[in-house]
Amino acid sequence: MNHIISVLVENKAGVLAKISGLFSRRGFNIESLAVGPTENKKISRITILVNAEKQGIEQVIKQLYKLINVLKIQELDPSNIVERELVLVKVSTNAKNRAEILEVVNIFRANIVDVAKKSLLIEITGTTSKIKAFTDLLDTYGIIEIIRTGKIACSRGNKKD
Amino acid sequence: MSKITGAQMIINCLKQEGVEVIFGYPGGKVIPFYDALFDSDIKHVLVRHEQGAAHAADSYARVTGKVGVCVSTSGPGATNLVTGIANAHMDSVPIVAITGQVATEEIGTDAFQEADVTGITAPITKHNYLVKDIKNLPSIIKEAFYIASTGRPGPVVIDVPIDISTGLIDEDEKGIIDLPGYKPTLKGNQKQIKQAVEKIYNSKKPVIFSGGGVISSNASKELTEFAIKARIPVITSLLGMGSFPEDNELALNMAGMHGTRYANMAFTDADLVIGVGVRFDDRVTGKLSEFAPNADIVHIDIDPAEIGKVVKTIIPIVGNAKDVLQDLIERYFKKDNKKSIARKEKWVEHLLDLKKKYPLQYDKESPNLKPAYIVEKIYEVTKGDAIICTEVGQNQMWAAQFYRFTKPRSFISSGGLGTMGYGLPAAIGAKAGRPDKHVIDIAGDGSIQMVSQELATAVSNKLPVKIMLLNNGYLGMVRQWQELFFNRRYSETCIQGCVDFVKLIEAYGGVGIRVKEKEDVEGAIKKALEIDNTVLIDFWIEEEENVYPMVAPGAPISEMLDHK
Repeated sequence: MNHIISVLVENKAGVLAKISGLFSRRGFNIESLAVGPTENKKISRITILVNAEKQGIEQVIKQLYKLINVLKIQELDPSNIVERELVLVKVSTNAKNRAEILEVVNIFRANIVDVAKKSLLIEITGTTSKIKAFTDLLDTYGIIEIIRTGKIACSRGNKKD
Repeated sequence: MSKITGAQMIINCLKQEGVEVIFGYPGGKVIPFYDALFDSDIKHVLVRHEQGAAHAADSYARVTGKVGVCVSTSGPGATNLVTGIANAHMDSVPIVAITGQVATEEIGTDAFQEADVTGITAPITKHNYLVKDIKNLPSIIKEAFYIASTGRPGPVVIDVPIDISTGLIDEDEKGIIDLPGYKPTLKGNQKQIKQAVEKIYNSKKPVIFSGGGVISSNASKELTEFAIKARIPVITSLLGMGSFPEDNELALNMAGMHGTRYANMAFTDADLVIGVGVRFDDRVTGKLSEFAPNADIVHIDIDPAEIGKVVKTIIPIVGNAKDVLQDLIERYFKKDNKKSIARKEKWVEHLLDLKKKYPLQYDKESPNLKPAYIVEKIYEVTKGDAIICTEVGQNQMWAAQFYRFTKPRSFISSGGLGTMGYGLPAAIGAKAGRPDKHVIDIAGDGSIQMVSQELATAVSNKLPVKIMLLNNGYLGMVRQWQELFFNRRYSETCIQGCVDFVKLIEAYGGVGIRVKEKEDVEGAIKKALEIDNTVLIDFWIEEEENVYPMVAPGAPISEMLDHK
């Protein structure tokens, strides 16, 4: 099962290496990983998507807490989050199918960010399932390259107060 | 304000941390450090290989309870420390390793004697630092000692580029500890402790399983008090030996692969296991699904990641063994202790019977030189008051089985990593920490050859350790497995006949004694202890003697092999 773990760390050299090293050392595969500074520049957030059983994930979280530069770890509840990923897709085109592709881009609210004679570069953000649906469709035209940022996620705010 | 070099600042900080002895080996990138050390009153033990420095620092920490310090140069010096650092990490020993590094601007250029030390040591340290700005040096050293010695202890590496140690810093610069992500839990959760008290109180067949954490948190007194007053038998892990006096009737000694039959039977029949400062290692549990099948497990440990890692725990208590045991004792004895004891009486009697019925044994009538006999004699002659270090393998198990450990910090052995070559440098570190004690390395002829250059360290630093070499001409433990599980096909385990250990120790300026006969054992040990020099006794023991009892790999601990 996939778990999204959000880790707040001190923004110091070598921290990312220590965290990714811990995952591989304990036998876990990272599906995706995104890092960036938070509102506090001394603190970074690492969002990790990992596939593991529940017991394994508990052990990994405990082990992560042992890293001195780790401040806080949150396992995000998939039913109560907003998750996004940014993807750049370079797809091959020709005069015939260009209009067709543009239509797909519009339907998915994606953006064309570069146009060349034989290719289009498209930017899309969204959830994993939306991106999969989009890339599956584009696949029929021939995808040249895909670049993904890795998933980021944030828990939803409290709606009751 | 007057300026001093980074190297001088390191020395000042070490002094501030109360460091009296360090173990190390100079090299290009630590010349400034050694230059500053030249004028300092910190004692330096010059080893002959950096691995020896790390093991000696590790053992120094184990016997004194202080942080052990070792120093090496960059590149190969630092990589030679790696085994010692990994050893300290597996056994949760507080050491600080200071390594030289190439100049900041050269890092990443594959400079001469450059190695990525923080990268290499990340998985085997509690934390590590690369000093990039001299301003941070005092804080880093302060934090390193704090991290190494608090919580679950462990090794910390400080990698110091040479331009940092030659750079200048204000003499008065003070270090501060700023670790927002590091807050070890010391006090146990009172609700959990209350539940544990109930559970223990009502149990009929409890055992305490005491580990290295009891020794490192100085909780032996509390553990012993609790066990004796509540009449609960105590099993120890290898590293927990000495946490409970083995001459007490409630001591069931070590459990596991080469543990006592009665300890393993106690685990198998118990209705409650109270683990304190242990991690339920596979060498103890044997086949996990059949480990303590009838028992609920209360697990007290300072490291939350250990709880539930291997065995399912019914009451987890995260905290420092000493603090938790103090609270436990206070709550427990508010209740009517007589009732609790009466409930456990049958069980205790049963275990005392088993202890009589299945003692650790060897053929005492045999005319051959038996290793167990030698270890028993070492115990008799030292009256159990020596510090015993071991190598790894059969020698280690015989030492654990046949010496009676009654005090914490008296049994020093490589547990988790099982590092051959640990014993001799460990003895050197122990002697540096406790010069008032006899320090004995119970060794094997395989292990000691991994570090025999450290004989020079012992002799030249006037740290007179006594090496009791159980010489059987084999890599004995592997040979035993080959005998039992590989049809006696002794592939590459015979190392007979090429080293004269008496000549070897003599070449280094120590004293060698050879013993081939049983009747010479006691006299030789006495003589070795009297001589004020490093002594090696080369005991020619029975070649194919095995360590028994034994649990075959993958078998449950209730099934033990024994002497035929």
